[in-house]
Amino acid sequence: MTDYAIEADGLRRTYRSRTGWLRPQIKEVDAVRGVTFTVGKGELFGLLGPNGAGKTTTIKMLNTLLIPTAGRARIFGHDVVAETREVRRRIGYVFGGDRGLYDRLSGLDNLRYFAELYGLPPREQKARIGELLELVGLTGRENERVEGYSRGMRQRLHIARGLLHRPQVLFLDEPSIGVDPVAARDLRQTVADLAATGTTVLLTTHYMAEADELCDRIAVIAGGELRALGTPAELKHFADGRRVVEVEAYGVGDDVVARIDAIPGVRGVTLETVGAAQLLTVQSESDVDVQGEVLAVLDGVRLGRVSSRQPTLEDAYVAIVSGKPQDADPQREKVAA
Amino acid sequence: MSTLRLIAVGVLMHVKMSTRGNFEIATAMIVPIVQATMAVYLLRAADSPHRMIEAAVGAGMMGVWSTVLFGSGGAIQRLRWMGTLEMLIIAPRNPAVTVLPITIATGLTGTYTMIATLGWGWAIYGIRPEFAHPWLFALALPACILGLGMFGLLMASTFVVMRNANALCNTLEYPIWLLSGMLVPITVLPGWTGPLADILPTTWGARGVHEAVSGGAVLPAVAWCLGISLVCFVLGAVSMSFVERRARAAATLALS
Repeated sequence: MTDYAIEADGLRRTYRSRTGWLRPQIKEVDAVRGVTFTVGKGELFGLLGPNGAGKTTTIKMLNTLLIPTAGRARIFGHDVVAETREVRRRIGYVFGGDRGLYDRLSGLDNLRYFAELYGLPPREQKARIGELLELVGLTGRENERVEGYSRGMRQRLHIARGLLHRPQVLFLDEPSIGVDPVAARDLRQTVADLAATGTTVLLTTHYMAEADELCDRIAVIAGGELRALGTPAELKHFADGRRVVEVEAYGVGDDVVARIDAIPGVRGVTLETVGAAQLLTVQSESDVDVQGEVLAVLDGVRLGRVSSRQPTLEDAYVAIVSGKPQDADPQREKVAA
Repeated sequence: MSTLRLIAVGVLMHVKMSTRGNFEIATAMIVPIVQATMAVYLLRAADSPHRMIEAAVGAGMMGVWSTVLFGSGGAIQRLRWMGTLEMLIIAPRNPAVTVLPITIATGLTGTYTMIATLGWGWAIYGIRPEFAHPWLFALALPACILGLGMFGLLMASTFVVMRNANALCNTLEYPIWLLSGMLVPITVLPGWTGPLADILPTTWGARGVHEAVSGGAVLPAVAWCLGISLVCFVLGAVSMSFVERRARAAATLALS
C-alpha cells in the first residue's frame, strides 16, 4: 500500500492542432513538460502558477480527463490510465467559473443526478444532499434553477457536487476565480475544514495569498515545468537577497519594460494595471540600487508614487516564475508529411 | 438496479433540460407544422389524397429522426459548452450508460413531434388519424423510437470525439430519411441503396409504423427493428469506451 495519495512522475502533455487541408500545418504545444511530485494522504497541496502555466492540464491528467503524452500518475496507488474506474471512484473534481453545471435544472436536480452518477445509495441521497446544501449555505435555494444563481452560489454548488460521494482526493481547479472576497473567504474555510477531516486536497490557484493561507506545501509551475516545491516558509527564501522598487505610472509600454529588464542588477520586472494606473514592480539584487536608472528609463512617462521596500511572499513567487525555463520555446510548428 | 435508476434519472433530467429552452420550444412548435404541410402538398401534387395519413405519419417520423439526430448531437455539444461533458465522463460509470439517457430523452421528445405532426395534420388539413392496426401502431411507434435512440447512441460516440458534431448532423439528416423510407418508399430508390437501408434500424421501424397505418405485417418489421437496435446498442457501448479514451487522448472533451 502506498504512502501517497497522489504520485506524478515525469508527467508530460503535448497538444496537437491541425489547420489547413492542402498544406496542413500541425502545431504542437508542450503544456506540461515533465512534472514530478507526490502528495501525502490528508495533505493540502497547492499548485501555483500564472495563467497558461500548465496547472489545469496537470490536474486533468491526474483526474483521468486527459491521457499523459509521457510519464505516469497514480491516485492511492491506482494508475490514472490503466485503472481509470478505480481512480474515478476516489476523486472529486471542482473547477472555477460559471461552467460545469446543468443551468436549466435546479440545484437540487443537479445534485440528485450526480448522486446517481456516483452510485450513492438511494437511501442516503436525501440526507447527504441536505447535509451538503447546509455545508455550502444553499439550503432554501435548492429548488431554484442554476441559471439564476450568482457565481458564488454556483461555485458552492460545484463544491457540494464534488463532495457527494465523499472523495478521498479532491481536485480544486481555481475554485475562487471570479468570486467576491467574502465568498472566497468562506470557500477557503470550507477547503480548510475538508483537509482537517482527512481529505487530500490538490488546489490550483494563481493567488499567492490563498495558497499561503491554505496549503501545507506548494509547487510553483510555470511554462509547463515545476520551478519550486516546498512549504510557504521555504518558498519565501526565493526572494532573499533582493530589494523591490515600486513605481505607479501611466502609459508604460512593453519596450520600456524591456529596457528596465536590461538594467544591470535587475532580476525581474512586472507591470500590472491597478484601476487607471499601472504598477511597475522591479526586483533587483539587494546590493544594487537601480531606482535612479529605472526613473531615468521612465523619463517622459507620467509617474505617481515611487517606493522601495523589502520583498514579500508575492515577490518570491514572481522571482520563481520569472526565472528562465530550461527549454525556451514550448511551441513548435511543422508541415505535415 | 443502480444502472436502471441512473438511466431513469438521467432521462428525466435530460428531458427537463431539452424542454426548458426557448429555442427548443419554438422549434418543437413550428417543425411539426412544416412537416405536416410538406407531406400534404407532396401527396396532393402526386394526386394520392387517400394516402394522406401515411404521409402524415411519415412526416412525423422525419420529425422524430431530426429530433433524435440534432437532439443527440446538440445535447452533447451543449454539454461540452456547459462543461458538463467532462463531469459526466469523469463519473465512475460506463460511458455508454452516461450517454444513453441523452439519446432516450431525445427519442421521447421526438415522440411529441410525431403526435404534434398528426395533430396539426388533423387540425389544419383534416387528415383524420385512422390506423388499420391502432394497437400495433402503439407498439410499432415506441419500437421505432427505441431504434432511433440506439442508432443515436451509436452516433453519439462520434459526437463525443468531434468538437464540431453539428456538421455531422447536417450531413446525416436527409440521407437517413430517404434510405429508411420514412416518407418516400425505398422501392423508388436505386437498387444499390437496398442493403444500406436493410441494416438501418430506422428502416424497419419506419416500415413497422407504416404497416400499422396501412394494414400490413407489423410484427416482423418491429422484431427486425428491435434486433438491429440491440446490435446498435452493443456497438454503441463498445465504441463509447473506445471513443472516451480517444477523446481523453485528443483532449476534445472540453472546448479548449
